[in-house]
Amino acid sequence: MNLHEFQSKILLSSRGVHVPEGKAVSTKEEARDTARDLKAAGFAVKAQIRAGARGRAGGVRLVSLPEEAMAAAGDLLGRRLATEQTAPTGHLVRKVLVETAVEPLQSLYLSLFIGAATAEIVLLAACEGGDDIEQRIQNGQTRFERLALGAEQTLDKTAAAGLGARLGLAAGLIPPFVELLGQLRDAFLELDATLIEINPLAVVEPGRFVAVDAKITIDDNALFRHPDLMALREESESDAVEVAAQNRNLNYLALDGDIGLVVNGAGLGLATLDMVRAANGRPANFMDIRTTATSLDVAHGFALLLGNPAVRSILVNVHGGGMQPCDTIADGLGIAMRRNRRSLPIVVRLAGNNAEYARFRFANFGCKVIDCPDMWTAVTRAVSAAQSGESQP
Amino acid sequence: MTILVDHDTRVICQGMTGWAGTHYSAAMLEYGTRIVGGVRPGKAGTRHLNLPIFDTVAAGMAETDANASMVFVPPSNAAAAMIEAIEAGMPLVVALTERVPVRDMIRVRDALKQGATILVGPNSQGVLAPDVCKIGVMTTGRARRGTIGIMSRSASLTSEVIAQVSDAGLGQSTTVGIGGDAIHGLGMRECLELFLADQDTRGVVVIGEIGGSEEEELADFVAAVKPRIPVVALIVGRYAPIEHRMGHAGAIAQGLAGDAESKIRALQAAGVIIAESPHLVGATMREALFVTA
Repeated sequence: MNLHEFQSKILLSSRGVHVPEGKAVSTKEEARDTARDLKAAGFAVKAQIRAGARGRAGGVRLVSLPEEAMAAAGDLLGRRLATEQTAPTGHLVRKVLVETAVEPLQSLYLSLFIGAATAEIVLLAACEGGDDIEQRIQNGQTRFERLALGAEQTLDKTAAAGLGARLGLAAGLIPPFVELLGQLRDAFLELDATLIEINPLAVVEPGRFVAVDAKITIDDNALFRHPDLMALREESESDAVEVAAQNRNLNYLALDGDIGLVVNGAGLGLATLDMVRAANGRPANFMDIRTTATSLDVAHGFALLLGNPAVRSILVNVHGGGMQPCDTIADGLGIAMRRNRRSLPIVVRLAGNNAEYARFRFANFGCKVIDCPDMWTAVTRAVSAAQSGESQP
Repeated sequence: MTILVDHDTRVICQGMTGWAGTHYSAAMLEYGTRIVGGVRPGKAGTRHLNLPIFDTVAAGMAETDANASMVFVPPSNAAAAMIEAIEAGMPLVVALTERVPVRDMIRVRDALKQGATILVGPNSQGVLAPDVCKIGVMTTGRARRGTIGIMSRSASLTSEVIAQVSDAGLGQSTTVGIGGDAIHGLGMRECLELFLADQDTRGVVVIGEIGGSEEEELADFVAAVKPRIPVVALIVGRYAPIEHRMGHAGAIAQGLAGDAESKIRALQAAGVIIAESPHLVGATMREALFVTA
């Protein structure tokens, strides 16, 4: 789960990390009033979406007057913001964060993440920050330092201080830097985070660090330990449809094509996307039906596709496994078709556990499907059905 | 003839009395796997599926001759169960549980450093040596005994590839679900080492996907050892939604874009044969074997 910037800052600030003063608001009037209350010389008005590269996409505005903050908020709120890290359709801006603008003396980049290969928490720091840091690191234009942080013991302060020195921090900045790393590391562990990214981390006047931007990703699998964070989920997801799907044991992501996909398993889901694109088709979504999904959950997934006017054919690619037989998917489709009157060509490819029984279930529900013997036949059939705009057979 | 498991594999099931433990243990017994007991704290002395239940893995090992365990314990306690088995000195632990918190897996990996246990998973469909031993949740209908080793990060794609390999007239020596999570036990590189040491494995299929760096590490290993048998890889996620593909500076700084193209390039450069499409894995392996022969 990706948290919004304002949520991340609240969590970090409560653990002692300095963040700019500010507040997330959802109307332009509140934006103006917040700016007034801040009594600062300049303000940042920042669109709250769960994706990076907002600055270059025009999602961050620097203004000097509360009235300008109101105008900026009015412009950002309610629109869809697309960045290099989102689909072209972008994410809906429901809130803006209005903050005191920070004038950094120096900017850094900091992130903590799980180093999968070595199974440890890794701290990465660069002696400059900014929107294009990924690019500059990749091109070797920015020096960066790494430090493995132990999972259970406390922070190794000597190592942390050494890292600060290697980054070229002034001697006076080393103690607050070590303190900050300790706070971030504790936050990482307490929150069951998989990523904390501070970019930029600003050095401001009195030898103090301020997290100008903050991004936290929480391990979805650990949310059972964090009911408080679970509550942040609704407002952190930009797409209510995706949240509803999550609650139905479906990993669903809307795309901008015309072929609705229903697949069991993430790997087969990715494989199906690849094949549809290879056949010059345009997927309308990614969908992975988790093993725990019931036929009613699957029906919900089909309903999402039937309710999407852009969808012109549906491709069902299921390899029934030990945990999820084909008939669960067939029942889901049958239920959805009874509830929805829309008729679309439905191309199915069923293999593995209970494939035959699933065909029987389709017949029982009166579902007319185009039954294909293998994946590639089904993919090309679904693509041609979408392109020709044929109706249900 | 197989890797990780053989005719002498004797399994205890951690979490046997739960729904999943019961259901899959019964299916494995029917398949012929030698399950010798179960572990469920507080139920020692009782019997389940007509097998003895123990409080701890250590007690189970003392009373039976188990040399493998499988973990069907729910996510909140799955890491503790894996660590218990590792500390008891169990040679093989197969963790089937999905959705184990990553922080817990860091602890498990720490525990693995202390012992000689091989951990497969978590979030794995298990290990299947057709007609010999099944530890896991996979279906076996399309599997047949043969000479191809399969290792995979995805359960659903493994079912598909097993069917393709069987249809190509080849069959499998062993299939291993290394698990779909970022942090897990046995990695692709170690798994390939095991396959290369197995005389009866004549080809290896690798099923990888975007994210992480295991395919790249595998490529380095293949380039170094130059296997005499063909290694065929399927890498999916080339057209994954951008939200699934976004790396962050941390990953990039490690030199890991983690995307499908860079994985494919690395594997190809190392001499791994890339299956052009997910539906061509079996055919690609058959052709590779023909060329090698």
